[in-house]
Amino acid sequence: MSKKTVLYAKHVEYGGKIVDFAGFMMPVNYGSQVDEHHQVRSDAGMFDVSHMTIVDIYGDHVTEYLQYLLANDVAKLKTPGKALYSCMLNEKGGVIDDLIVYYLRPDWFRMVVNAATRDKDIAWLQKQAKPFDLELIERAQTAMIAVQGPKAREKAMLALPVDVVEAAAGLDRFFGCACGEWFVGRTGYTGEDGFEIMLPESEAAALWDKLAHVGIKPCGLGARDTLRLEAGMNLYGSDMSEDTTPLVSGLGWTIAWEPASRDFIGRQALQAQRDAGVPQKLVGLVLEDRGVLRGHQKVVVENIGEGEITSGTFSPTLKKSIALARVPKATGDTCQVEIRGKLLDARVVKPVFVRDGQAVE
Amino acid sequence: MSEVPAELRYTRSHEWVREEDDGTVTVGITDHAQGLLGDLVFVELPEVGADMAADDACCVIESVKAASDVYMPISGEIIEVNELLSEEPEIINSSPFDDGWIFKIQPSAEQELDNLLDADSYQAEIED
Repeated sequence: MSKKTVLYAKHVEYGGKIVDFAGFMMPVNYGSQVDEHHQVRSDAGMFDVSHMTIVDIYGDHVTEYLQYLLANDVAKLKTPGKALYSCMLNEKGGVIDDLIVYYLRPDWFRMVVNAATRDKDIAWLQKQAKPFDLELIERAQTAMIAVQGPKAREKAMLALPVDVVEAAAGLDRFFGCACGEWFVGRTGYTGEDGFEIMLPESEAAALWDKLAHVGIKPCGLGARDTLRLEAGMNLYGSDMSEDTTPLVSGLGWTIAWEPASRDFIGRQALQAQRDAGVPQKLVGLVLEDRGVLRGHQKVVVENIGEGEITSGTFSPTLKKSIALARVPKATGDTCQVEIRGKLLDARVVKPVFVRDGQAVE
Repeated sequence: MSEVPAELRYTRSHEWVREEDDGTVTVGITDHAQGLLGDLVFVELPEVGADMAADDACCVIESVKAASDVYMPISGEIIEVNELLSEEPEIINSSPFDDGWIFKIQPSAEQELDNLLDADSYQAEIED
């Protein structure tokens, strides 16, 4: 049975082409995902991300809990509102999900996890919370709209309620603030500046219209995927899963090894993998020939071995096909990809293709 | 609602066919098909001079979403391809029946044209 977010009627009204995503009926585009992509890179676009899961965690021992639960260390968050990107691991060091957690008060953190992983995440969070005497509240009646692009914040502030504007205007990058029942994070999944706005479901449709009215264009999941891949941002389920550790998923940078005394779920397994020598790495690929790289295509590295594309697409900004791929550690700066029986040449690059709206090269 | 021009013939695999005055046949994909695929980013055109049979996959078009085969609607020789699509595949999205034509065939078995669907039949197919 497919679920709908509170903005479903808006998507239909604005001409969205509806598809199933993680059990939700969501817009894949509103006409042209390539146009929507360019709009976010050059101006401002907005995404309904209400299907994502928001959990507030309260209690005197929240910090201890999160320090044990997450591979990154929430103790880094010294200022209220500061956000942290982290993986949540199982005992084998495999990734259960990736998420953002905001420090709001010593006894209150807010976590945003993926839509597709909601059920297992909530079960895991609750199971691990037992020794810590905490209250976990899922904000199921909270909608979320992401406005992204170089002009997104400036335009959004023309549409937000007055008290929210004041709070949002002062946000540094990767900080959030609660404002009554609203919450604004200066975060995103596109590589551009912007806000992710959480608000009561009952107010979401009105905000959507106001944002559209000030020139923020509705964008669908298709553009969301090309934007995040250009920005080198991983997608759970494609670029990492419970069977892969952060170390083979390009997410080693999200692991806080120090202090060495901090035990967290999966630490021992990661340590063991590091000691044995991490066998693979996640790299970026750029196809110089014409064609499209896609997930699961085989990567051939001469004299070294084989790998696999984890996410691939056509980059509207580069006008070439790009991908993230898991390859043998020793892979150099070229490889080949098997597409429809032929081996095409690809360049191996750092897994970030676009920064500040420009191609990285 | 997809456009389905009345003067063209169609296949179940969403190709359209236009019979030209000189006996050749022009082929493209329908408005319905381009809508399903989304923004096209790459077209692997068929080889001029190739002889193929009806229902052979002769061409690949790729959108951001997926790669899709285009099939020969009838048997014959590929006599011309739309080179413009190499640089601007998105023309198929904006003009699927005119500027977005993909290739031309010199038919080898003209009676095969009778097997194609007319506009009403194709319309019924896509409405299902």
